[in-house]
Amino acid sequence: MRKLKLLREYLRGSGMTYLLSMLSVLLMTVFSSMVPLVIAFTVDYVIGDKPVELPAALASRIDVASGISTIRNNLWIILAVLVVITLLQGIFMYLKGKCSAVAAQASSKRMREKLYGHLQHLPFDYHVKVQTGDIIQRCTSDIETIQNFISTQSIEALQIILQVIVVLAVMIAMDLKYTLISILLIPIVFVITVRFFINMMKVFVRADEAEGHMTATLQENLAGVRVVKAFGAQNFEMEKFDEKNRTHRDLNMDIVRIMANFYGGTDLMCMLQHALVIAVGTYWVVRGQVTIGTVVAFSSYAGMLVWPLRNLGQMMGFMGQAFVSLGRIQEILDNKPEDYTTGETPPVQGEIVFEDVHFEYEKGKPVLDGATFRIEKGQTVAILGATGAGKSSLVHLLLRLYDYKKGSIRIDGVELKRISRQWIRKHIGIVLQEPFLFSKTIRENIGIGCGRVEEDRILAAARTACVDEAIQEFGMGYDTLVGERGVTLSGGQRQRIAIARTIIRDVPILIFDDSLSAVDAETDARIRKALRERRKDTTTIIISHRITTLAEADRILVLDQGRIIQSGTHEELIKVDGPYRRIWEIQSALGDEMEEMTV
Amino acid sequence: MYFEETEYGKRFDINVVKKLAAFAKPYKKTIITLMVQMLFLALVDALFPKLSQYAIDHFAVKKSLDGFWVFCLVAVGLVVIQAANVWLMIRNAGTIEYGIPYDMRKGVFKKLQELSISFYDRTSVGWLVSRMTSDINRIGITLSWHVVDFFWSIFLVIIMTVFMLVTDAGYALMVLCVVPALVIISMIFQKKILFNYRKVRKYNSQITAAFNEGITGAKTIKTLGIEDDMLAEFEKTTRQMRDFSVRAATVSSIYTPLIILLGSIATGLVLWKGGFEVSRNITSYGTLVLFISYAVQFFEPVKSFARVFTELQYTQAAAERVVTLLETENEIADSREVITRYGNMLDSDKSEWPKFHGHIVFKNVTFRYKEGENILENFNLEVRPGEKIALVGETGSGKTTIVNLACRFYEPTEGSILIDGVDYRERPLLWLYSNIGYVLQEPYLFSGTVKENIAYGRKETTMEDIVRAAKTVNAHDFIMRLEKGYDTQVGERGSRLSTGQKQLISFARAILSDPGMFVLDEATSSVDTETEHLIQDALNRALEGRTSFIIAHRLSTIRSADRILVIDKGRIIEEGTHRELLKKKGYYYRLYTNQLMEEQKKEAFVKA
Repeated sequence: MRKLKLLREYLRGSGMTYLLSMLSVLLMTVFSSMVPLVIAFTVDYVIGDKPVELPAALASRIDVASGISTIRNNLWIILAVLVVITLLQGIFMYLKGKCSAVAAQASSKRMREKLYGHLQHLPFDYHVKVQTGDIIQRCTSDIETIQNFISTQSIEALQIILQVIVVLAVMIAMDLKYTLISILLIPIVFVITVRFFINMMKVFVRADEAEGHMTATLQENLAGVRVVKAFGAQNFEMEKFDEKNRTHRDLNMDIVRIMANFYGGTDLMCMLQHALVIAVGTYWVVRGQVTIGTVVAFSSYAGMLVWPLRNLGQMMGFMGQAFVSLGRIQEILDNKPEDYTTGETPPVQGEIVFEDVHFEYEKGKPVLDGATFRIEKGQTVAILGATGAGKSSLVHLLLRLYDYKKGSIRIDGVELKRISRQWIRKHIGIVLQEPFLFSKTIRENIGIGCGRVEEDRILAAARTACVDEAIQEFGMGYDTLVGERGVTLSGGQRQRIAIARTIIRDVPILIFDDSLSAVDAETDARIRKALRERRKDTTTIIISHRITTLAEADRILVLDQGRIIQSGTHEELIKVDGPYRRIWEIQSALGDEMEEMTV
Repeated sequence: MYFEETEYGKRFDINVVKKLAAFAKPYKKTIITLMVQMLFLALVDALFPKLSQYAIDHFAVKKSLDGFWVFCLVAVGLVVIQAANVWLMIRNAGTIEYGIPYDMRKGVFKKLQELSISFYDRTSVGWLVSRMTSDINRIGITLSWHVVDFFWSIFLVIIMTVFMLVTDAGYALMVLCVVPALVIISMIFQKKILFNYRKVRKYNSQITAAFNEGITGAKTIKTLGIEDDMLAEFEKTTRQMRDFSVRAATVSSIYTPLIILLGSIATGLVLWKGGFEVSRNITSYGTLVLFISYAVQFFEPVKSFARVFTELQYTQAAAERVVTLLETENEIADSREVITRYGNMLDSDKSEWPKFHGHIVFKNVTFRYKEGENILENFNLEVRPGEKIALVGETGSGKTTIVNLACRFYEPTEGSILIDGVDYRERPLLWLYSNIGYVLQEPYLFSGTVKENIAYGRKETTMEDIVRAAKTVNAHDFIMRLEKGYDTQVGERGSRLSTGQKQLISFARAILSDPGMFVLDEATSSVDTETEHLIQDALNRALEGRTSFIIAHRLSTIRSADRILVIDKGRIIEEGTHRELLKKKGYYYRLYTNQLMEEQKKEAFVKA
């Protein structure tokens, strides 16, 4: 039931258009069912000499006999009537096609956008936990299944159902007994078809999987071509691929054979039904029970019932699939999006206070265990710590990607949990360790999220990030596309573009999450110098292992097992025993080693 | 690399057809059977209206049942024949639809295994996958179902025309006079419809790409706070998709009414003439009904003919791409002399192979990827058997090229590379490849179990060998801690293992074949300390006694090398041991103090 509700939700807004297309389907069906009637009428009354039987009330007013003779003398009238009817049928057919496309496309557009927007606003935690491939599959092929259902299948199904009703009504009105003979085998064909395709769904899925396996093997082979070659494993790979290739072929050939049985069998029944209509009709004409025109009409009508109903059966078999897809999409929509906008929007200056902050991703495994420190506005603070010490978690909390459990984080005196997520993220710039660039031009990547940006600002940001020169070297400069369709950037280039993208926003708080590690020490120093010159009052947090980087900071925080174990300037820290001094001592020792050798 | 694919084929290309014919040859019988079947299918399709005609004229009008039961028997007989024919036709078409692509994939895959690395450096994996999937699928469909439709529609049109002309030329002309319009309209619309369809598919893949980016870039989008910008941009794409899809649907919904209208004009014309003549007994009822049937029946074959005709152009483009791929010239292959002596590249006679000692000499080697841009120029280097060479230098300095040349992934443009005193072009490729132990910067594993990955490419490896290799490189302990030990699935490209674990397994894999030469592109990515030490230790053991080339990033690796080569712009600018180079106070010294020491410190911190 919930699935139906979801479906309704997407159709809402296109209700009128849908209604219009359904109305068109109805009218189109009415006119298309009239064509055999015109032919039958012509055969029986115009060409033949069967008298027209009209209700007495009508007969007295209309001079039927002279009407018929007028037609007999002007047979082009028949042609004109036929053309007019098909013209009307055609107009409604066009309207049906147009309206259903407008409605269906509008609703799948809505569905896609809703899903996309929803995914964007799901909490970070969700994105960490789900499998990307699975979600993408749902967003693409499942949506497509549903779109097919609403744009094509549902309208076609409706059309067939209406056609069956109208045609049956006309047939029954003409001759009930003959009608029963004409639909004798149809229910059997219909039931067989529905059941067949429901059963086949599983097999189709298996065939899709076989193709998937084959493609995956191929992809793996091509991406790992160096390994394949270096191990001389070409024969091995050929056998491996052949197995998948063969499975794919054999499975599909099995399907074809089953399909051949199905279509051969149902075709037989459908054609027998057709033959039955003609044979019985002929027999009854000879017996004088029906007219030739009726036989001609029924033979058309049989065709309008038999084949469409088999198609309907096929569609109903596939419809199950659309509901499965709906369920899979509903699962995504059931996840609660994070509250993005509510909360305070205080001015952000850049003072950050952590007070006894506790945080854990998994119960019983604290990542931050009472972290306490204070960063003044405009200060540059370096954070040092081993893998798993909690550095990234500090950043996650600051950006409200996660919320802390215990303790307090205050930005300029305001409790972080009360500040709107959107607001705080707009005021903190972060450069991630593995930055993600969008498949747009470099210019667009740097200016992303800033609306219209002047060229000067882009260039200035790129220069600060020491990436301007590298960009100029690309053939298209700032208009070079990033990613598969453009240039492949080195790790260092990606990071520097990400730095430019972050600093262009001129935020009061900047965080470098180990993001200078892919650039060499010299460039690292140049970037930091440029940053200092660019804006003096920016609070900067640098997570790094580089001693030279750390040493230059106003203050160094050493994080270990979720706590700050050391804090101070370089000069202060080398005076006390601790990790920082130990590292510094190693540096000195290395220096000594050099001296000793150069002597 | 990104290729904008050509959608339409060039002019008819005989070479492409020849190549396709070669693939179709094993199915010649099936294809011919299929064509004959289509003739019969069309014949029976055209006979059904004839049956109605007969029934009306002989029984209904004459009011006699003379021969009625025989007639029924004939009708049922035809129906059964037709159904059997449909059954067989589907089976035959299916055999071709999946049989030929199977062979083609096999052929292309073999070709891909032979092509040199330089080809892969120019060609994206995605592009190749499209050739192997959608293009080959399309060829399969064309050779089966498009052939079916093509012959069916041609036969049916011919048979119906003949039947009509034989029955009554006057009526035949009434029906046939709409056919030219039918053909022209169908051709125009089918072309447009198919074009639109492909355009919609393109928009659709843009939407897929947008979803992909929105999901994989979720963290970045969140931290930049640009969710709404992304959605707004996405809406632009979906809007285009909607607008175009509606336009495409509009075109399609004009086509069918037009066709039906033409059919009805033909029917009306027949009735006009017939109404006059039947009532005057010039024409029989049956003939009239026959022509009414044919007037409507004409449109299906014409429509499918027009569709197939358009589809063929796309198939031609697909076939051209596949054929071009098959005919790609292989830049690095065994020479004819080598093949005569040792057998072909994929099936070399191993008993004839010389022993591999690992003495490698670069003699006046010049190399360029592109004309006029020499990466190496007159490069000379001698590596003694068992010597460990560390290559140091900036990105783009030529380190990777040296290794690629040593592995014969590329061959020198000028000069030669001698292995054990013989130009390696005089030896089989497979011989060299079988003697290389190769570990990539980013360890590449194949989906499958740990065991299969270590024993990669070899079938007769015992479990003892695998375990021994794993133990040598310190991988055994962590493997045993995995859920299913050696039978644990590593996931696609080893995704279920950590980087460090993948590295250890790729060491085990490299060492299992006991190669004479080791090539290692050291990883820059950091792994946890414990694994780091395991890897260093494994490395030392793996390289023991083997000639090795290491593109080194780690100090400890560099220090343990027998010789360090500092490469800059394709030349060796400094050469010697760690201590010797430090004393020079040159490039290496700067590199060491600036970068390598950092790593040392980082490690020290973590240990502390």
